[in-house]
Amino acid sequence: MRAVRLTVTAAATVAALTAITACTAKSDAKDGDAIQVTAADSKCDTSATSVPAGQVTLKIENKGSKATEVEILFPDDRIVSEKENIGPGTKYTLTAEVKAGAYEIACRPGMKGHGVRQKLTVTGSGRTAQRNPKLDKAVADYREYAQEQADATVPLAETFAKAIKAGDMEAAKKAYAPSRLGWERTEPIAESFGDIDPKTDTRADGLEAGQKWTGWHRLEKALWADKKIGAEEKTLADQLVTDLKDWQERVGKAEITPTSMANGAKELLDEVATGKVTGEEDRYAHTDLVDFKANVEGAQKAYELLKPVAEQNDKALTTELDKQFTGLNTLLDKYRSDKKAYDFVSYDKVTKDQRKELSDAVNALAEPLSKLAATVAK
Amino acid sequence: MTETQNSSSPSRRALIGWGGAGLALGAAAAGGAVAAAKAGNDVDPTAAEAGGAVEFHGAHQAGIATPVQDRLHFAAFDVKTDDRAEFVRMLKDWTEAARRMTAGKAVGEGAYGGLAEAPPDDTGEALGLKPSRLTLTIGFGPSLFERFGLAHRRPEALVDLPQFPGDNLDRTRTGGDLCIQACADDPQVAVHAIRNLARIGFGKVAIRWSQLGFGKTSSTTPDAQTPRNLMGFKDGTRNIAGTETDRLKKFVWVGDGDGPGWMEGGSYLVARRIRMNIETWDRTSLQEQEDVFGRDKGEGAPVGKAKERDKPFLKAMKPDAHVRLAHPDSNGGITILRRGYSFTDGSDGLGRLDAGLFFLAYQRDVRKGFIPLQRRLSAQDALNEYIQHVGSAVFAVPPGVRDKDDWWGRTLFSKEA
Repeated sequence: MRAVRLTVTAAATVAALTAITACTAKSDAKDGDAIQVTAADSKCDTSATSVPAGQVTLKIENKGSKATEVEILFPDDRIVSEKENIGPGTKYTLTAEVKAGAYEIACRPGMKGHGVRQKLTVTGSGRTAQRNPKLDKAVADYREYAQEQADATVPLAETFAKAIKAGDMEAAKKAYAPSRLGWERTEPIAESFGDIDPKTDTRADGLEAGQKWTGWHRLEKALWADKKIGAEEKTLADQLVTDLKDWQERVGKAEITPTSMANGAKELLDEVATGKVTGEEDRYAHTDLVDFKANVEGAQKAYELLKPVAEQNDKALTTELDKQFTGLNTLLDKYRSDKKAYDFVSYDKVTKDQRKELSDAVNALAEPLSKLAATVAK
Repeated sequence: MTETQNSSSPSRRALIGWGGAGLALGAAAAGGAVAAAKAGNDVDPTAAEAGGAVEFHGAHQAGIATPVQDRLHFAAFDVKTDDRAEFVRMLKDWTEAARRMTAGKAVGEGAYGGLAEAPPDDTGEALGLKPSRLTLTIGFGPSLFERFGLAHRRPEALVDLPQFPGDNLDRTRTGGDLCIQACADDPQVAVHAIRNLARIGFGKVAIRWSQLGFGKTSSTTPDAQTPRNLMGFKDGTRNIAGTETDRLKKFVWVGDGDGPGWMEGGSYLVARRIRMNIETWDRTSLQEQEDVFGRDKGEGAPVGKAKERDKPFLKAMKPDAHVRLAHPDSNGGITILRRGYSFTDGSDGLGRLDAGLFFLAYQRDVRKGFIPLQRRLSAQDALNEYIQHVGSAVFAVPPGVRDKDDWWGRTLFSKEA
């Protein structure tokens, strides 16, 4: 809550910062433990190739002529931690918490391409900072939730695809919004696999030059705007199921932390604020309120899991969040007659005044929600 | 993972001398003997012109009689909470943020250097900028008094404005439970202030509409050059000056016995978005333009006179000339303090400038100020052919925040008040 933050003195902030550092960084860190990374236009020298597990610090210096990007990567090129835009002649300290395993440090001069790589082996099992077991449970439960949502989505997407392949326009329209619920509930995780989202959930205006338009919104346009199902649509329906199965398989491997959960919850509200409130998301089907509700549910799930810890750290914040979630859900309920069904009013029937009211309620929730990550990190 | 920045919250105020002459102008011009005495220095207008800070505390809110800045961001809000305590808490948070921003400081813990996991308290776009004479002025609209059991405290002078002939009000630019007028010499500073207050207010209030303004069209410092409106005419020649203590007392500040005690030292604000038919005006002959106003375009002299500040001979003007109709002598002495700004919101889709005058007027009683004046103008003014009132709001502007323990609206909301 802002009211709280505003009255915190400067001294208290320093104390809070120290607490955060102590909690995520190893307490016995010495400067000598840091890996020196010297980046240049065609090299990436590292002072060590092996470090013990725990907090790893990269002291980066860009001696090249171009801005560079330095990353610590998993073997599958997923990013553990990164810093973009390190200018020529500048230094940056990058820290990450890593478990034992094989990694790479990549320098990308000019911030593109494969870059110059160095191996990094992380050994041992100890020295990973102790985390609150309640937070570990929250992460584990959230991971399970994300998996459940993906598992539930695949059959719903198959129903949608089946109707399209049967050329059954009405059945396909009916199956469209439900097939998106699980995805929309866990969207920040789905989006963390950068290659799936562009295939499944891109809107017409989000396409890059030369990108083939696939996924839900392409089919949405076929059903509601073009009012036709052709051979291409049938192929795309199958493709959507395939891409969602890919997501279902990988969702368990997503990197999730308590703060990424909290910020993910906020990002779901951002999705609502920028795409759904405006009616841009489902511009042909006007099922935006279904996505809207799913986004809120997903945000609320992440929040509820983090609440035991957040409540201890900032009771005023959780009281406010409870109130605002209730407020927004109550408002959303006005747009459906059955509170258990996802049968919402078509968004083109929602007036400008009503959209403003929804937007105000989203802002009222998203603003305190933006404080959740720092609160659980305390 | 980000590097921790240890810099303390930056202070725009540090860029200028504080406690010196810079803030004294605002204080003294506010007409408050208290404020002037507190600053303890002679007025030095040049320091304020250079982007200094205007004293936030005083008997009256800054932003009314203090020298008019170049830029405006005005925002009207709807209240979203029914919880009076929560609303009061927000007013206190707002006051603290306003106190900081008008002094050139960042909100809360600043724009950087805080927790990496949380968005910063301040949005940061005003870092490194001077205070730019930022003033923040709060007002309470009639609809606010329908909430929080305040009905019995609504001042009689805070009337709902009547429908005037020719009004074409856009509901989405009209009304509001409360308003903030942010004036500054730098538009970024004014926008920053509204943006950060809106953020603090989310959940408690929501912006209903807002207006950006530039090129002040009225001056409260008569020795300065009178600014021109978008019709090209000097505007505000006979406006009340911030130094005219007697006229301010007579026409602007709510006095003892004027109504509820909580408004004493405050004022009433009328805001009107007045769209100008720019293209048709520009096709109008110079003679007609000058006849419409009753002053010449170059010097600004009243009809038949040589200099801008010569006393107008009203009967020499056309009966429907704007200046003749608006002049106090034609209205039994009615005088308001104008603080308007030009605006343009680009073009309107038909290629016409969406532009005009964002009219802001302060007065001791709306019933004796704007309303009779506008009744007369809306019925007879030759200018009506070229303008249309499209937005409207009225607010009770409470007295100033006295000191660092005081807050916006205390006289209205506190139990003992």
